[in-house]
Amino acid sequence: MAAGVDGIGGTGLALRAPARAVPLAAGLLLASLLAAVLLGPARVSPAGFLAVVADLLGLAPLPAEFAGDRAILSVVRAPRALMGALIGAGLACAGAVMQGLFRNPLADPGLIGVSSGAALMAAAGIVFGGGLMGSRAGLLGLWLLPLLAFAGGLGATFLIARLAMREGSVGVANLLLAGIGVNALCVAGLGLLVAIADDRQARDINFWLLGSLAGARWVHLPVLLALVGLPCLGLLRLARPLNALMLGEREAFHLGVQVETAKRVAVVLAAVAVAAGVAFSGIIAFIGLLVPHLVRMAVGAEHRIVLPCAGLLGGALLVAADLVARSLAAPAELPVGVVTALLGAPFFLLLLRRQSA
Amino acid sequence: MRRRSLLAAGPALLAARAARAVPSRVVCVGGALTECAFALGAGSRLVAVDTTSLVPPAAQRLPNIGYMRALPTEGLVALHPDLLLLSEEAGPPAAIEVLRAARMPIRTVPDGAGGEAAVAKLRAVAEALELPAEPMASALAEDWAALDAPIAALPTRPRGIFVLSGSSGAPLVSGRDTHADAAIRAAGAVNLVEGYRGYRPLSPEMAARMAPDFILMMDHALEAAGGPEAVLRMPALAVTPAAAARRVVPMPGSHLNFGPRAAEARRALALALRPGATLPALPERPWLRG
Repeated sequence: MAAGVDGIGGTGLALRAPARAVPLAAGLLLASLLAAVLLGPARVSPAGFLAVVADLLGLAPLPAEFAGDRAILSVVRAPRALMGALIGAGLACAGAVMQGLFRNPLADPGLIGVSSGAALMAAAGIVFGGGLMGSRAGLLGLWLLPLLAFAGGLGATFLIARLAMREGSVGVANLLLAGIGVNALCVAGLGLLVAIADDRQARDINFWLLGSLAGARWVHLPVLLALVGLPCLGLLRLARPLNALMLGEREAFHLGVQVETAKRVAVVLAAVAVAAGVAFSGIIAFIGLLVPHLVRMAVGAEHRIVLPCAGLLGGALLVAADLVARSLAAPAELPVGVVTALLGAPFFLLLLRRQSA
Repeated sequence: MRRRSLLAAGPALLAARAARAVPSRVVCVGGALTECAFALGAGSRLVAVDTTSLVPPAAQRLPNIGYMRALPTEGLVALHPDLLLLSEEAGPPAAIEVLRAARMPIRTVPDGAGGEAAVAKLRAVAEALELPAEPMASALAEDWAALDAPIAALPTRPRGIFVLSGSSGAPLVSGRDTHADAAIRAAGAVNLVEGYRGYRPLSPEMAARMAPDFILMMDHALEAAGGPEAVLRMPALAVTPAAAARRVVPMPGSHLNFGPRAAEARRALALALRPGATLPALPERPWLRG
């Protein structure tokens, strides 16, 4: 089977020992997390950093002079970095699984409607929710918008899966076509909402569509661990069925893969992981489509390597992009969805160029 | 045990409160709030403002934290402000929640339109900055009230629309419940758009039916749209009486702040909408210079 898989992956660039790629990607994620906590527009001295760590570990009480450092490190940066890692991992993992499922390197989680469904409902919340984005929003505003976006993402995916169902089986081609149809509807709905929105609401929608991690708090992390972290672990277990699926559905079936189950599990888990992520961050460009693609270019098509690498690199890229987003224009912030593409796309184009050379 | 630690902390807390300095590193988010801080003589205490803070010109030389609906978190914390003055329009709420968790000293100020709202803003900012609001607040209330009768006595009631931006596609036109709507009313004129709230695109049919006599725009929006000629050529506006009479009225964006210059802005707009009309001059207010 391995030979067949390599034949389909067909990259001349595959590393000699792709197994080494996973620790490498993990290292990158760790490095980006460390950089995201240590760096930024707010200066934190090494002494301050050590004092805050000692305080968090219960080793030594925090000297009063470092109270500001604690706010920066543990209130602003740490939850933001961890949120970025989880959301980025969810997007990239889901993207890798979608590309495997559709057997198409241009597939991404957007194909099953998650992003456009989430965007549609978030925009509806902004337009009809009466000031959900203003400072008067209160607790309801803090959770209602993510909840709407999450429900919108899952709803669109559910609709697509139902429409693609034929005699109890979900055909991949049907899934693709139903996805195109439902996505078109969602985008039209979004356009309609922007058209009837007033100026301020339209700008709020615009910022939501560009993504931001500025709202990250510790309270979000258990939610994201459950709704992004766990589905990601589930997606990793799809590596073998996805490897088999690359040969074709019938061949996979003969290899003993529960094809229908695998497809359904893949769609559901990818939808949950992506919908929960964008619910808190808004749309994040590039990661779901290009990170898995980039990983394939670098390590080949073996899903047992591609899936964890994509997840780790997706997390690393979003964490690094967010560091840039909050540092580059300080004291202002750039939308992180813009930065992910600005950072990732040149890298991707470079790899593409080397591959074709 | 617990009581003892509280007792021990008591004097320390009191001392901290007594020693608390007047806010000296202030971030203003909201054009009117920045304008108030400068009018109160506290401009030198500001360390940053947002993109809506355009007046006085000195405000534009301060570090800028970006658009008020996309607040940064670390960027603000890094400024180490001892007061964060937020317009209630600032957002998103999730970012404000992070700032609260980081113990940023936040003060939210309502952002109303009209004379009373302007005075209330000035008083709220003065209180937050621990400065006396007088004589500025009373003077503003007096100046605003002093315009009531002369504006009511003006012979004409110009009827028109306010165009927020016209640089792309249909012009965004003010409906009810906006600062522009309030400014037009306060100037004794009529905003012809009553069918909706906020700013929305205007269709050519709607514009033709409303037949506005004037088109009011902010200076920078007019410039971005390519000047009066370009605005009057827009399909939605080309068919209006305002286009026939070439009546595009520019005004400074700060006229919509309803801050310390609210009375001055009201008088200026009332005159700009009626070429040749006169109104009594307002008393010189030295704190509004610069």
